[in-house]
Amino acid sequence: MSEYVLELKGITKIFPGVRALDKVQFQLKPGEIHALMGENGAGKSTFIKVITGVHQAEEGEIFLDGRKVTFRSPLDAQKAGIAAIYQHATAYPHLTVAENIFMGHEKMRRGMIDWKAMNRASRELLDTLSAEFGPEDLMGSLSVAQQQMVEIAHALSVNARILIMDEPTAALTKAESEKLYEITERLRDNGVSVIFISHRFEDMYRLATRVTVFRDAHYIGTYDVDGISNGDLIKAMVGRDIQMLFPKPEVELGEEVLRVEKLSRTGYFENVSFSVRRGEILGLTGLVGARRTEVAETIFGIGKASHGAIYVEGKKVQIRNPADAMREGIGLLTEDRQKYGLILDWGIGRNITLPEIRKFTRNGLIREKEENRTAAQCAEDVDVKAVTVFDQAGSLSGGNQQKVVVAKALGSEMKVLILDEPTKGVDVGSKAAIYEIMGELAKKGYAIIMISSEMPEILGMCDRVAVMCDGRVTGELNREELDQEQILVLAMTRMKNAEKGGGGLA
Amino acid sequence: MAAKSGRTIQFEKKTSLRSVLAMRETMLLLLFLAVNVMNISISPNYLNSYTLFTNINSFMVKGLIALPMAYILLLGEIDISVGSMVCLSATLLGVVYNATGSIGAAILAALAVGTLCGAFNGLVVTQFTELASMIVTLATMTLYRGISEMILGDKSTSGMRNVEWFANLYDGRVGHVPYLFLIFCVLAAGFGIVMHKTVFGRRMYAIGANRDSARYSGIQVQRIRMAVFTLTGLLSGLAGVFYCAWMGTVKNSIAEGYEMEAICMCVLGGISTDGGRGNFPGVLIAIFTMGLLRYGLGLININSEIINIIIGFLLVLVVMLPELKRMFKV
Repeated sequence: MSEYVLELKGITKIFPGVRALDKVQFQLKPGEIHALMGENGAGKSTFIKVITGVHQAEEGEIFLDGRKVTFRSPLDAQKAGIAAIYQHATAYPHLTVAENIFMGHEKMRRGMIDWKAMNRASRELLDTLSAEFGPEDLMGSLSVAQQQMVEIAHALSVNARILIMDEPTAALTKAESEKLYEITERLRDNGVSVIFISHRFEDMYRLATRVTVFRDAHYIGTYDVDGISNGDLIKAMVGRDIQMLFPKPEVELGEEVLRVEKLSRTGYFENVSFSVRRGEILGLTGLVGARRTEVAETIFGIGKASHGAIYVEGKKVQIRNPADAMREGIGLLTEDRQKYGLILDWGIGRNITLPEIRKFTRNGLIREKEENRTAAQCAEDVDVKAVTVFDQAGSLSGGNQQKVVVAKALGSEMKVLILDEPTKGVDVGSKAAIYEIMGELAKKGYAIIMISSEMPEILGMCDRVAVMCDGRVTGELNREELDQEQILVLAMTRMKNAEKGGGGLA
Repeated sequence: MAAKSGRTIQFEKKTSLRSVLAMRETMLLLLFLAVNVMNISISPNYLNSYTLFTNINSFMVKGLIALPMAYILLLGEIDISVGSMVCLSATLLGVVYNATGSIGAAILAALAVGTLCGAFNGLVVTQFTELASMIVTLATMTLYRGISEMILGDKSTSGMRNVEWFANLYDGRVGHVPYLFLIFCVLAAGFGIVMHKTVFGRRMYAIGANRDSARYSGIQVQRIRMAVFTLTGLLSGLAGVFYCAWMGTVKNSIAEGYEMEAICMCVLGGISTDGGRGNFPGVLIAIFTMGLLRYGLGLININSEIINIIIGFLLVLVVMLPELKRMFKV
């Protein structure tokens, strides 16, 4: 018998243009709870997908009880006793709890589903988890915490020996988290090994005996939880040099352009206040799920604020939809540009001119020649790599798509630009170009809000940074105070009364 | 801006013969010609312009509904209540005429009720955005025809054609060319220009191609959907008016199946039911191709069920064509 139930050595996973994992290793002892930590994008999720057979690694070996194994599909991993529970329940909301638990391995009798046996078995599983709901309840009627219990029950029903929990507490209240801790401990006492991914230090201290840290697709180290201080752990997670050069020009800041006061949207965020001035780049950072995007969307009129006010140049404005926002001079470059930013079937020209197509009309008719000429000019200004304005937006690389989105936003008279993860999925070369464009825009007097999870660009580009956690602004730092450890601490600061929002924060 | 590579991006459109040949409209035009050749060989008299226009006039009422249906499909929506809206408008026209004796008031009532029905469709579809327009208009299809059944029972309303100028809306001609055909041409030109040359048209394409992107680009998506559904009601009302001028008598079962014919014409013309794709000229060619095909097959006494089978088959073929092309890499 090997010392480890699960051991991975030298795992490398390459996606087109990105090394998502670079020779990482990991060891899981029998009956231990092992925390896996790292910043967004460190490679944790990819790593989990390699273990569960969703992705196949290009290099490296996986050992199960000391024996070498290869997982070609999630089914292989499941047969080997590995189960995963994801942050967002991936269940079937319209089916019952029992159906969800036995999805894929239904109890059968004479070719028919044996409902009685299935409900009975589900009841037993739920009882061991002390669940307060029954096997015949609809999945969709349960809270997030309860749905997770169903997923745990599912894992138990396939006799999983290794359970992976990906950010299970992210959407839970304190009391719900406590219950999950207890269940997890009980599973461990029954001999199940658990890999626990979380951004929360409290989860790690409460549960884990060892912690492994990834950073930038690399393995940094494995530590005993008792033997490592908070500070050392943060250093392990973020300690990297800022390699890229950020062309942040020194810009004289002008008057305040946008001010958000105590903006709230029930169930998403509360009392968010900040302001930006002409020529300023304000960073809005925090961990995934901190509700930064929701704040941006609310300012842009996509979601409806329940409280609070938005001021543009000192004047209170009512924004009910994106058209209103754009009229006030607020532009949003969305994180998901393929879904919200562009029409992929269209040529880049039409994408660029869409918001301001009215400009190209005479007597109500669009003058396409002029439209195309202007579009070509706009695309050249941000150096889109394309041959004609008729090239389909969907045919461009991520970085060039982002440039098209920028060109589209610049076609309108904007005062404030909100860029949501502007360099996500963008290659290094285009990244530099996008930073450069941002710098120039600031120089031209745009007020810029950059939402980003990437520490280097936050540190490199921003005049000021507001940090969010759990739908609240937990702190604001000036350029002189900027420090990655400080940011990370703020990003993990749960407000004491965060529980009040309760399940609503889910 | 900085870091410019000096790259220039072409903005002149080049049309090659190849791309013209690959266009769906080209293929439709061939089909249109084939249908005409068939008709000529069946009936040597086919090209007599008086009879030809008589035949064309008989599918113009359906053609009127196909115009806004192209917009509906372009948005990625569907409206299957158009037949019922035609019926209800025509019913109102007959009832109001017989009650007041004023054909003018009756026409206004028909147009108003059509517009109202369309606006109601639009209201439900835009206020309850999670409901598919298929479901909403399936319900209102039954609703509107139900109202007509309630008003008429199993009786019919007639007498409208006694007003000479009203009957002339359908019968009247400039030379050999019927008024209705001319009205259709004017409307069709208007619909085509709006679709291809105006801001409204561009926004419809955007919504159909990616509703979320359209919204994030500052387009008032719901306002446009509302407008198009209402417009469809108005045109259905207009079709109801011409139906009365044509037939002069209205029962609660008229215009059944018009919705499918109109949808067929649009899909044959190349408007994708997924939204965002298609050209207006294609729809026009398809309207005439289908109308004349029906006429030709009728000439050789093929009964209407068989005609439906043939048209259905043709439609499947045409819809499959892009897929077939991809499959065989033509």
